[in-house]
Amino acid sequence: MRTRTDAERGPTIEYANFVIMLLVALGIGIVAVLASALLGPKKASRTTLMAYESGNDPERGGVGTGQRFPVHFYLVAMLFIVFDIETAFFYPLAVAYQRLIPFAFFEAITFVLLLLVGYVYILKKKVLEWA
Amino acid sequence: MPDWLATLLISLLKAVLLVLALLTTFAYMTLVERRLLGRMQLRPGPNRVGPMGLLQPAADAIKSIFKEDLTVTLADKLVYTLAPIVAIGMALTAFGGLPAGPAGSLLGENPWVYNLDAGILALLALTSMGVYGIFLGGWSSGSKYPILGGLRSSAQMISYELGMGLSILGLLMLVGTTSFQGIVGWQSQNGWLILFQSLGFVLFLISSFAETNRTPFDLPEAEQEIVAGYLTEYSAIKWALFQMAEYVNMITASAVMSTLFFGGWKGPQFLNALIPGVSDWPLVWLIVKIAFFLFLFIWVRATLPRLRYDQLMRFGWKLLLPLALGNTVLTAAFLAFRGQGSLWFLGVLSLGGVVALLILSDRVRTLWNQPSLRRSDPVRAGGD
Repeated sequence: MRTRTDAERGPTIEYANFVIMLLVALGIGIVAVLASALLGPKKASRTTLMAYESGNDPERGGVGTGQRFPVHFYLVAMLFIVFDIETAFFYPLAVAYQRLIPFAFFEAITFVLLLLVGYVYILKKKVLEWA
Repeated sequence: MPDWLATLLISLLKAVLLVLALLTTFAYMTLVERRLLGRMQLRPGPNRVGPMGLLQPAADAIKSIFKEDLTVTLADKLVYTLAPIVAIGMALTAFGGLPAGPAGSLLGENPWVYNLDAGILALLALTSMGVYGIFLGGWSSGSKYPILGGLRSSAQMISYELGMGLSILGLLMLVGTTSFQGIVGWQSQNGWLILFQSLGFVLFLISSFAETNRTPFDLPEAEQEIVAGYLTEYSAIKWALFQMAEYVNMITASAVMSTLFFGGWKGPQFLNALIPGVSDWPLVWLIVKIAFFLFLFIWVRATLPRLRYDQLMRFGWKLLLPLALGNTVLTAAFLAFRGQGSLWFLGVLSLGGVVALLILSDRVRTLWNQPSLRRSDPVRAGGD
């Protein structure tokens, strides 16, 4: 039994493995959809192809249905971008943290405090309230 | 055959086997869930198809393939078809990076499909790709309930992903690496990370319930509120693919929690005194831990009522996010000024946080239960 180490394979091969996994996983989905399209009955009528709206005729239709939706969703998405970037900055700091203390601690605290100012601001503005 | 080609072929084989294993687990998870929910409600659950209902998953799968595949006239055909494929693809791929043993323990091969140095980052990226499947599915259905479910799910999943990403920062500070193998190795030397990061674990657990759309956070598909959310217009195998993605995400979340906080494929060391080498049985321990967490998912489903949507968002932003940040700062402060104190002190601190949270649960409940802004209030933040 021969054991290949990661060093022998090199890091690139792992990305190739990742792509293989992704293709296999997507392939399963495609095969399933194709199989169902081939095997299933096709007796669709105008009424079965109507959008579900609790038994009524759909009022407005089409992709996205043309409804207006609360701006809250937009705000949450923006906040997510801001805080996710924060998280992205935190990851390298966390991994290298033990080599950078105690300096890194004060750096991290400063960063967190700056973000907390923004967080308190959105709390006070009641952006996070879904009344 | 050149060496790299052989390696890739073996990876292909492993990927196919892993996908088949995950799909089988998914199929039997549906059965186990129905049987367990039955037991918890004092009824037997499915027990007619095959002995103990063991053929029920096969019957369900065959049925969903032979069902008619409807596409609503007003739907966007391409996106409507692609959405479930994206959902299942991302869910299955995420599992491939988790190690099920030391290098070379699977018949001389490595018991994982891919092993990236930034394993956790890849996993978080893949789980956040999962939201595309759900949201695009909802958007492209051309109907009202799906778009509501899609919007809800995208807002919910991105909110809880913040909590999830922040709650493992303390862990990363302790371990100093993002590769799963490194984390498992650290734990076999210093003890399971649940001991030192219990607060982080609790936050991670709650976020992963929300990330996988399980009760009490299954708002995107709340049957009694918005029919079936993003699933309303889906039928046949596409519907099954979404279900599959949800359950595979659940399995992945269980495996991630076992790997990050419970020693991964390594069992408890003290058992070695009873049977030598028992804690090193790869795969066995990982499966035991995954099974435990899957049971927990089902148990919680049978126990807790669903949150309202505004409660859900307030819970994520007002409790989970600050606590995760607090956990990070706590760990950072401990590591910076620990002096002679060893890691057990951090464990006590972290456990103290969990206990304080439990004791204060009546007080902090107002954070998410009562809105500080009512629909009748004259001044509105964003307005909708």
